[in-house]
Amino acid sequence: MGHYVPILILAALATVFAVFSIIAGALAGPKRWNRAKLESYECGIEPTRQPAGIRFPVKYYLTAMLFIIFDIEIIFLYPWAVYFDKLGVFGLVEMVTFIATVLVAYVYVWRRGGLEWD
Amino acid sequence: MTVLAANGLATGLAAAGPPPLKLGTEPTLASFGYDPWWLIIIKVLVIFLFLMLTTLMAIWAERRILGRMQQRPGPNRAGKFGLLQSLMDGAKLALMEDIVPRGVDKVLFWMAPIVSVIPAFITFAIIPVGPIVSIFGQHTPLQLTDLPVAVLLALAMSSLGVYGIVLAGWSAQSPYSLLGGLRSSAQVISYEIAMGLSFVPVFLYAGSLSTSQIVRAQANGPTFHLFGAILHWPSWFAILLAPSFVIYLITMVGETNRLPFDLPEGEGEIVGGYHTEYSSLKFAMIQLAEYCNVITVSALATTLFLGGWHAFWPITVWSGANTGWWPVLWFLAKVLAFIFVFFWLRGSLPRIRYDQLMRLGWKVLIPVALGWTLIVATARVWRREGGSTGVYLVGALIVAVILVLLWTWEFAAQRRREQAEAEEAAAYVGPDGEPRPPAFPTPPMDLPHYHGAGQDGGTTHNGVKEVTGA
Repeated sequence: MGHYVPILILAALATVFAVFSIIAGALAGPKRWNRAKLESYECGIEPTRQPAGIRFPVKYYLTAMLFIIFDIEIIFLYPWAVYFDKLGVFGLVEMVTFIATVLVAYVYVWRRGGLEWD
Repeated sequence: MTVLAANGLATGLAAAGPPPLKLGTEPTLASFGYDPWWLIIIKVLVIFLFLMLTTLMAIWAERRILGRMQQRPGPNRAGKFGLLQSLMDGAKLALMEDIVPRGVDKVLFWMAPIVSVIPAFITFAIIPVGPIVSIFGQHTPLQLTDLPVAVLLALAMSSLGVYGIVLAGWSAQSPYSLLGGLRSSAQVISYEIAMGLSFVPVFLYAGSLSTSQIVRAQANGPTFHLFGAILHWPSWFAILLAPSFVIYLITMVGETNRLPFDLPEGEGEIVGGYHTEYSSLKFAMIQLAEYCNVITVSALATTLFLGGWHAFWPITVWSGANTGWWPVLWFLAKVLAFIFVFFWLRGSLPRIRYDQLMRLGWKVLIPVALGWTLIVATARVWRREGGSTGVYLVGALIVAVILVLLWTWEFAAQRRREQAEAEEAAAYVGPDGEPRPPAFPTPPMDLPHYHGAGQDGGTTHNGVKEVTGA
């Protein structure tokens, strides 16, 4: 556990610094009320009210799903890479099989246009 | 920890007592976790101050370098050479009004800058800066801490940093912020995959995820004899695993949202992106996080690919190069070189389009990184165990798949090109057998109105003949 304590201390210091700065910034500056200033910025035109529950293109959602697939693949690759020399040919064959399986999904997504942005 | 060990109350590792921490040696994983509390505090404070100061200096250096690249002096008024410019900007931001627009999600709006700063600081905990040195009589490795999964921590922190951006974009309830936040999250997670894949060959060679062990693995290349002299093969993973290094270089720019991949805050399109609505020190925190990330990915590149704190070639002639506190200097030189590359890219390259960005990430970097990983793995098995049937079969399979994919890709690209040309040719209807105009038609230089003809005399309203110069 001694290995992790310094990280926690660094995190605590960063948190204290960030929270302090933001509170200090809010207190130090002047406050002059102005209706136009508090509107969200839209290049000077009257801002459109955002509908409750913002809508955004489904592409981003798709990208997030694809990210999870490949991120899990990476998580499997790391321990394999560390113990690779002990696993030898067996490890290589196993990983080629695994990557080939994921590759099928990858090619499918590519051919269905899942990686296209327009 | 030390107090506990002295009282004989601690169990496990600590009870065994600290291992011999010999001065000037390479630390192992067992060298960590024995720092007394005051040493941890000193190291934490040094890292914190280093990141703050480097951020201030990096912003100044960026503006000066960009200025030179664009043939103007850059900021040179505040202090000698404008050195105090970033500090002054920070002070000014602190004294500006902290605007919280109407309709924002207040909690998330306040949280986002904090969430983006904390991970940016944490990653530096696992960066090795030097060998074992003596600080006030205490022998300790020049690294805050090391874990068996150190690089995983770095990746996890860069993932957490995305939350800051997403929350900032989401909470502001403004279209620009939302677009910037979404773009940024999609970009960062896409490039994170290629980044993670580019590390795998490094772990294959180093046999560890711990940063100190990866640096150690790059200490000495294997020797070879040439005309009686004993020479070293290059030991940096940047040379041994050059494709991985190139992929990492590209992805680290994408990860930090810097030019040419700075679409999340592309000024020409979406104003400031996810930090459009931020002002005062909240904005400063977001900027601080961005520059901390630049420093951290540079330090990570140094550690994983450029041999960490080990001296580079002309200096290695001096036998004392890797002893004492000198390695800190070599480490800083390498990190600053990377940071300069960031500024250099910003001064040289235009921003790319979003679809090009995603295509590069998903269709080029990821398959190349995967293929390269498999090639490295096969070559390593072949070198260690000799060629067995299994290895040759797997190797042939990998090469065959790569060739087929390349061929398909090239074939598809060619077909698309031909199709586009055919469409263009079909769309053009030339008036009676005129030659086909060039792809980007320019108007001929002798159009009538260039000479004032066909413009009804080309006179101004008070009847004076206009001088056209033709």
